[in-house]
Amino acid sequence: MARESLAQILLTTILSGNFVLAMFLGMCPFLGVTHSVAVAFPLGLATTFVIIIASLSAYLLNWVLGLAHLEFLRLICYIVVIASAVQLVEMYVKKHYPPLFRALGIYLPLITTNCAVLGVALFQTARDYDFMQSLTFAIGGGVGFTLALTLLASVRERVELADVPEAVQGTVLVLMLAGVLSLAFMGFAGLGG
Amino acid sequence: MSESFSSLMAPPSTWEEFTEGLWKRNPVFVMVLGMCPTLAVTVSAINSLSMGIATTFVLAASCFLVSVMRKMIPKEVRIATYIVIIATFVTVTDYAIQAISLDLYEALGAYIQLIVANCLVLGRAEAHAARTPPVAATMNAIGMGLGFTLSLVMIGGVREILGAGAFFGIPLFGEHFQPWVVMVLPPGGFFVMAGWLLLFSILRRRAQMKADAQSAEADALKTSGACHGA
Repeated sequence: MARESLAQILLTTILSGNFVLAMFLGMCPFLGVTHSVAVAFPLGLATTFVIIIASLSAYLLNWVLGLAHLEFLRLICYIVVIASAVQLVEMYVKKHYPPLFRALGIYLPLITTNCAVLGVALFQTARDYDFMQSLTFAIGGGVGFTLALTLLASVRERVELADVPEAVQGTVLVLMLAGVLSLAFMGFAGLGG
Repeated sequence: MSESFSSLMAPPSTWEEFTEGLWKRNPVFVMVLGMCPTLAVTVSAINSLSMGIATTFVLAASCFLVSVMRKMIPKEVRIATYIVIIATFVTVTDYAIQAISLDLYEALGAYIQLIVANCLVLGRAEAHAARTPPVAATMNAIGMGLGFTLSLVMIGGVREILGAGAFFGIPLFGEHFQPWVVMVLPPGGFFVMAGWLLLFSILRRRAQMKADAQSAEADALKTSGACHGA
């Protein structure tokens, strides 16, 4: 694979290859907690933090497992590390921001099963990224995730006041909005090559 | 809470366990679980089918093991244990698909390994397999997996027909067909899924309205009868 420059990776992961809108990673929180910006934005930040930790540890783990020729244990190691990182974030948020902790509810521990987090680890391994590339990939992915969440949440806040036919309310409406957002993000295709 | 609730009802038969996930509590269309693979790999019917079968295998195997070990796993570390069990079976599946078909492996890419992070698998292990005997848990998991496969193929089929003019790789229309490319691109996934849900919600509303009309008629009859009586 050709070496991509850091700027290229950053632009791609935030815009044209957005984790949520182009790669469908992390759909559960995307559909679940985007009813208000006040909840969606902090969850995006928490996820970004976990993504960066996961990416760094995945890089390290992959190196260690490669030395020991234990590549088949990769997936299990990744998921255990991610679960521990999430536990850490959960304890921190619970101690310092109790209202936020209550607002996020089940979605905070569910970051463990957020495909975006595991996806970063797996994609950077599959694409043979070096250390700086992995870090950029993780930051870009997290920012892109937060952006998508915040955008959808603000659109949903607006739509709340609109007169929507009853059959379309709920998940259908969210999916349609997400589709339109995704369509808009396709306009970035080709950016960052 | 649900423990006491389920103890009130008669335990569902094995057949009921099996059919529950197929349609009535379909994981994708009713419970909206496991959305990432649902939207990401459904660009063609064959991809959807293989993803569905892979997920079914992982789901059935891990639910069986979780159910067998349900009394041994300490409550505090249960989620971590489930995740490790699931990850083991996903690794097995990942290597198996790589050995069977390299083309398929490349088409599905990292999404096979992402089955670990599929909320459906962990959700069923935690909500059902952890409190059910092995046979019932496995049957339920297979049913859920087949329901998941069915909905994946329903989405993947529509996307392939509209976006590539084919079904399972067989061209359906003449060569002058202009493919609706956006359907195989990411936005298409959202729109097709929204379309199916919309269809179901309209059908459900119509059935509801019919039932309401009938009961209203019955009520009217009853009240008019009562008036006559008075």
